[in-house]
Amino acid sequence: MRSRSPLLIEALTAIGLIAAPFVLPYLGFAPTTMSRIIVWGLFGIGFDILFGYTGLLSFGQSAFYGTGGMVAAYLLTILDIPYVITSVIVGTIVAAIVGYLVGLIALRRTGIYFAMITVAIAEVFYFVEFNPLSEYTGGENGLPGVPTPTLPLGFTTIHVNTDWSLYAFFSFWYFLGIVIALRIMRSPVGVILSAIRDNPLRAAAVGHNIHGYKLTAFVIAAAYAGFAGGLLGVMQGFMPPDAFTFDTSGQLVMQTAIGGAGTLFGPLVGAAMWLYLSDFFQNTLHFGASWKLVLGLVFVLLVCFLRRGLIGGIADLFGLVTRRRGVVEAEPSEAASPAGASTNANNEKKIAPAAAPMPVRRESDTFSGPILEAKGLTRRYGGLLANSDIDFTVSRGEMRGIIGPNGAGKTTFFRMLTCEVEPTAGKIIFAGRDITGMTVTDVCQLGLTKSYQVNQLFARLTARENLTISALAERRGKFRLDLLRRLSKIPGLAEQVEHTLALVDLTGRADTPVAALAYGEKRRLEVGLALASSPSLLLLDEPLAGMSPRERVEMVRLLKSISRGRTMIIIDHDMDSLFELVERVTVLQEGRVLVEGTPNEIKGNAAVQEAYLGGVLAA
Amino acid sequence: MINWANFVSQVFNGVVLGALLALISSGLTIIYGTLGVLNLAHGAMFMLGGYAGWVAYTYTGSFIVAVIVGSVFVMLVGVVMERVVIRHFYSRPHEDQLLVTFGLGIVFVETVRFFFGSLSKAMPAPPPLLGITSIGFMFYPTYRLALLGIVAVALIALYIVLYRTRIGMIVRAGIEDSVMVDSLGIDVYKVFMLVFGIGAMAAGFAGVVNAPVVSIAPDVGESILVQTFVVVVIGGVGSFPGAVLGGFVAGEIISVTSMFNPGYSYVMLFVAMTLVLVLRPYGLLGAAGRE
Repeated sequence: MRSRSPLLIEALTAIGLIAAPFVLPYLGFAPTTMSRIIVWGLFGIGFDILFGYTGLLSFGQSAFYGTGGMVAAYLLTILDIPYVITSVIVGTIVAAIVGYLVGLIALRRTGIYFAMITVAIAEVFYFVEFNPLSEYTGGENGLPGVPTPTLPLGFTTIHVNTDWSLYAFFSFWYFLGIVIALRIMRSPVGVILSAIRDNPLRAAAVGHNIHGYKLTAFVIAAAYAGFAGGLLGVMQGFMPPDAFTFDTSGQLVMQTAIGGAGTLFGPLVGAAMWLYLSDFFQNTLHFGASWKLVLGLVFVLLVCFLRRGLIGGIADLFGLVTRRRGVVEAEPSEAASPAGASTNANNEKKIAPAAAPMPVRRESDTFSGPILEAKGLTRRYGGLLANSDIDFTVSRGEMRGIIGPNGAGKTTFFRMLTCEVEPTAGKIIFAGRDITGMTVTDVCQLGLTKSYQVNQLFARLTARENLTISALAERRGKFRLDLLRRLSKIPGLAEQVEHTLALVDLTGRADTPVAALAYGEKRRLEVGLALASSPSLLLLDEPLAGMSPRERVEMVRLLKSISRGRTMIIIDHDMDSLFELVERVTVLQEGRVLVEGTPNEIKGNAAVQEAYLGGVLAA
Repeated sequence: MINWANFVSQVFNGVVLGALLALISSGLTIIYGTLGVLNLAHGAMFMLGGYAGWVAYTYTGSFIVAVIVGSVFVMLVGVVMERVVIRHFYSRPHEDQLLVTFGLGIVFVETVRFFFGSLSKAMPAPPPLLGITSIGFMFYPTYRLALLGIVAVALIALYIVLYRTRIGMIVRAGIEDSVMVDSLGIDVYKVFMLVFGIGAMAAGFAGVVNAPVVSIAPDVGESILVQTFVVVVIGGVGSFPGAVLGGFVAGEIISVTSMFNPGYSYVMLFVAMTLVLVLRPYGLLGAAGRE
């Protein structure tokens, strides 16, 4: 979502909603159909935040739609409360609370498990509504007699009871819903949700409590669903029990996919398409019951060929038309990357001052003892002993190298240090604190993080956004609900991101999507992701792997420049580069520490030579 | 009225339903385990089996022909579906796979509705299996007893195919690591197509043999799909033994709860699923890393 001109999207939404009654009736949309589209669109905003932005596909949104609607309708009809908006809001709150509880269960798993669990839970709601609670919900009859709203304005009272006044009423709420959703998606939470969709493991590893944020998205989706459910009752003057059916969830999913997920407006566009076509097939073409078959086929074709839905398709078409301009824009940046290598040498002067150590913020930065101590660290995989009884100490400010033949257990050792893998035995003490058994997120928050052997980036985001996600974890802690705060309002965030971009020499490529970066650039971004959280201890797992000789030279220079004021442990197979960088080297072999010493000692060590070359001395 | 005889017969119903769910869920779980695709059209496969069998029955009057036609037809639908659509989705995100199979499920259901209408169709049990049989302590519908045997045979056949044949070995290896199987020089795409066919056939077969018990309608697959999900979550995704165990657990929960109040059967199913998720997140017999 580009915020080049702030509030542009909001303004366009308002104009669209106001203009619709003057345009759409000529295309055959009745005012009641338009209201219906608005309610589906509002329902879909929350779902899109959950599915399109966070990547959690729920087939159980009907549960919250129905719950919100039934609670509101129950208050308005059976309890005869005269306040329509208040009742709908109470319904929304109940739906959000129910969403929180359901989310606690459903979010225990991800992917297809999550989809299956949401289906099952929604089915439970359906049966409960029909049977045990039918006294309150009217069972299969629903709750008739939901009143239309009246708005007392002091001097006069507006009765919202005509088709057009209802459209205006719903449009107002839709507009509010979009404004809030846009605000959320531009907040730190919104950025983190996108990160979770792209790479949940890395989002957790840079220090975000992803479970908390997923639950947040789930509750937001439930609240939107509950609110839309309340409006559904108001719109029809009757709360239908079929709001709870699997069909409702399915229709929402299909409409969102048709319109385009991850756009917030996709569900609205999809609903318009859906309702228009169903009207058209039934009333104009007289398809009878087969309209749903045709819509199903349309949906399957769309999923197969138009991956990003109608909005995505239109955006692509727009991109095709304006391609010429795009090529011209792309050219210089394309040219910049090969030239980048040669300008790097000149850039070094620029990098050097930027590499000043970060201000002290963490406890671990002021701790005076050894920054890391591992005692008796052991990891067993079934019968395989990956690491056995490793003792390892690194003091503050040290540059330590770890080498060892393939399968020596180097990566397992790193994974234990960052708490991605729990040791079978042994203890890890980081800056005087026992971190054994903590989560990777908490350890990152304490100031210990890692760059991965295989790039773990947020692939659909730009380099700048990638670093922002990492820096946010350090600025905001692992979980905070600043849903309405603008990213630009976070003190020091922009500086920290710029600073890291300069450190890893990606300033010129900051707004390029990760997919368009060269391998060497991705590798530098990988290191940048770890750096952006200003760790006091940085682990680098084969930072030079797979790089060309020239890229290696650049990376070594980069590592040297960031080493000032930091403690780093580096695994690599490129010994010439490594020995140039580090002060001490630990050699692992078959899961044990073989020897430890300065690069020169290691080079001359017979045991090391034997480990690598296999019995040189014997021969 | 809750009495001893009633309880026993419900427990028996639970076993029959459980066996049926076990068979359908095995189909879903081997497809997911091997191909990595959760087939949301699996319920529709169950329904298609019922209809194909019913059509064959109305033309021939033979139950056996109906069973064969129903199973083979659904297997072919599965093979074509894999070949034409699913194959292009292996490299796409899980969400897209869910969307497309969900859409295909709707297309199947609506196609059947288009040709046969929404009213349910009844298929009688074969004459020798009509009526009730005394099993010592109680009387029980003969066909349901036979159904238990039929489904048990199908489950054993599936077990033999999966665990006692070369192709089954390849399928099980594919569940653990399909990339590795591919690099061993086995054409995984052929295996995938076959697995999809077998998985669909399991659902289709269940659809036909269940038709004399519950009459068929275009949307019978929907509730079956939901129950299958619970079975797979309880048993563990990708695990054939897990699907069988989960099937019986779910069958008993549904039947026994129905005796007290059918409205709560889903609630109890859900409670069981939640308990499993809390205590054993990967299912009773599942393994980590299979999602």
